[in-house]
Amino acid sequence: MRSIGVAIALFALWLLMSGLYYKTLVTGLGAASAIFAVYMVRRMDAVDGDQLEINLNPFKFFTYNIWLFGEIAKANWAVTKLIVSGKPLNQHLFYTPYTQRTDLAQVIFANSITLTPGTISVETEPGRFLVHAVDFSESDHEALADMDARVTATEGGA
Amino acid sequence: MSVIVDILSWLAILSGSAFLIIGAWGTVKFPDFWSRLHAVSVTDSAGMLLLMLGMCLQAGFTLITVKLIIIAIFLFITGPTATHAVANAALVTGLRPKEGHGLVSELESPTVPSPTAPEVKS
Repeated sequence: MRSIGVAIALFALWLLMSGLYYKTLVTGLGAASAIFAVYMVRRMDAVDGDQLEINLNPFKFFTYNIWLFGEIAKANWAVTKLIVSGKPLNQHLFYTPYTQRTDLAQVIFANSITLTPGTISVETEPGRFLVHAVDFSESDHEALADMDARVTATEGGA
Repeated sequence: MSVIVDILSWLAILSGSAFLIIGAWGTVKFPDFWSRLHAVSVTDSAGMLLLMLGMCLQAGFTLITVKLIIIAIFLFITGPTATHAVANAALVTGLRPKEGHGLVSELESPTVPSPTAPEVKS
């Protein structure tokens, strides 16, 4: 049953958040609150058949995150230099296409664009994002296409 | 051993604070709305991650570290989403970057046509 799994997950989260007291009363109250939350949600009829599909390859997603941290570090350094040096900005709005199939992967791509300082995804349209760059150069197109390919690679098969 | 961890965590906390200050400085210094968003994202990513890393090293292998990591993950997801929401709102209301080349003409169709696009005042 999914409800039992949800209750166990809630209780595990409660244990992580509150710390292990090893007191029967406190722990029991935590377990009771987890079970009560699940009972309440069931009564509200919110547990429907709608399942969230996560179409991600966990290993590839992990390595993608490591790569993303590197990109964030590089971009941070670039924007920091831009702030400190005070050279004139070269702002630009441009479109970048995306090739992800699932909503989740598209969100990951758009959020990755925004997470790396220097570029912000402004608007989503079918097949492409509108991106604002603070210090635009022609190589930004290639960099974003590279990131797009990497996000698409994290999508699981089928 | 604990001295090394202390030094590393101090390095992370101090450099994170430095990124926070630089981001705040950039927010004040940059000329218009769009470039200021980028300055804020320095605080959002490097500052936040380095401070969290430093605090995790200070806390060691405890439940506090678990909580810090959970906070960092949530900020990592919600931060860019909030930035995107602000930027999108600015685009829809017709705000366009001041500097740069031929920006307005390249946008074929703004999502909502704004009859009174507010002028950016410096």
